[in-house]
Amino acid sequence: MTTSTFDTIAGIIAETCDVPREKITPDAHVVKDLGIDSLDFLDVAFAIDKAFGIKMPLEKWTQEVNEGKAPAEQYFVLGNLSARIDELVATKPA
Amino acid sequence: MQLEYFRMVDRIVHLSAEDRMLRAEARVPDASPVFEGHFPGHPILPGVLMIETMAQTGGWLVLALGRFAQMAFLAQVKEAKMRSFVAPGALLETEATLLHDGSGYAVAKGRITSGGKSVADAELVFRTMPFPAPELREMMVETARRIGFPEELIAA
Repeated sequence: MTTSTFDTIAGIIAETCDVPREKITPDAHVVKDLGIDSLDFLDVAFAIDKAFGIKMPLEKWTQEVNEGKAPAEQYFVLGNLSARIDELVATKPA
Repeated sequence: MQLEYFRMVDRIVHLSAEDRMLRAEARVPDASPVFEGHFPGHPILPGVLMIETMAQTGGWLVLALGRFAQMAFLAQVKEAKMRSFVAPGALLETEATLLHDGSGYAVAKGRITSGGKSVADAELVFRTMPFPAPELREMMVETARRIGFPEELIAA
């Protein structure tokens, strides 16, 4: 996880979901700690997609979590989410 | 338009996959029970039905770009502005432009004009997901053909 990626995501969440910036830490879970529901997360996803020029594979992640193939924390704890974004940015087509 | 059945779009006028844009027409009916209550002596198309019209225009665009593999459900309406009254019998030109094709969601800009005058606009967010029931997809395909969808965009 790069600091700048995390800071960008934290800024997006603070702005779009009206969450105090100090609550947004790398250990925070999007739902359990920040109270962001799936509708508000659409705004976060849209802003992240735009900011990083990617398409976060939310459907794939959700399916993996629902099928028990991946823990929700892998995608929805902010430090981990930032790492996933870094991976997507590193592999996006030029 | 058949307001009581929520059939808002009458005819696809232009669809560009390249520009991710769809234009359609919708004729407001001369008479409808809706106008009896909205409003006596001053019948106008309710603003929520303008929003529904923009949502269906955007929904058709999302369906077309996804080749009818997924259904679009309205999830958010942002910055909706109803700029003009719309009387019974008016011809509406509706337009939707895709702003973003996300994973499991899509964002579009919707706009309605009538006779060159702005009627309404909004940003619309849709959840996209596989059709939850086969009869829903059948109905959407049937409606798409009725309103003049290009056949090549309706996957079998």
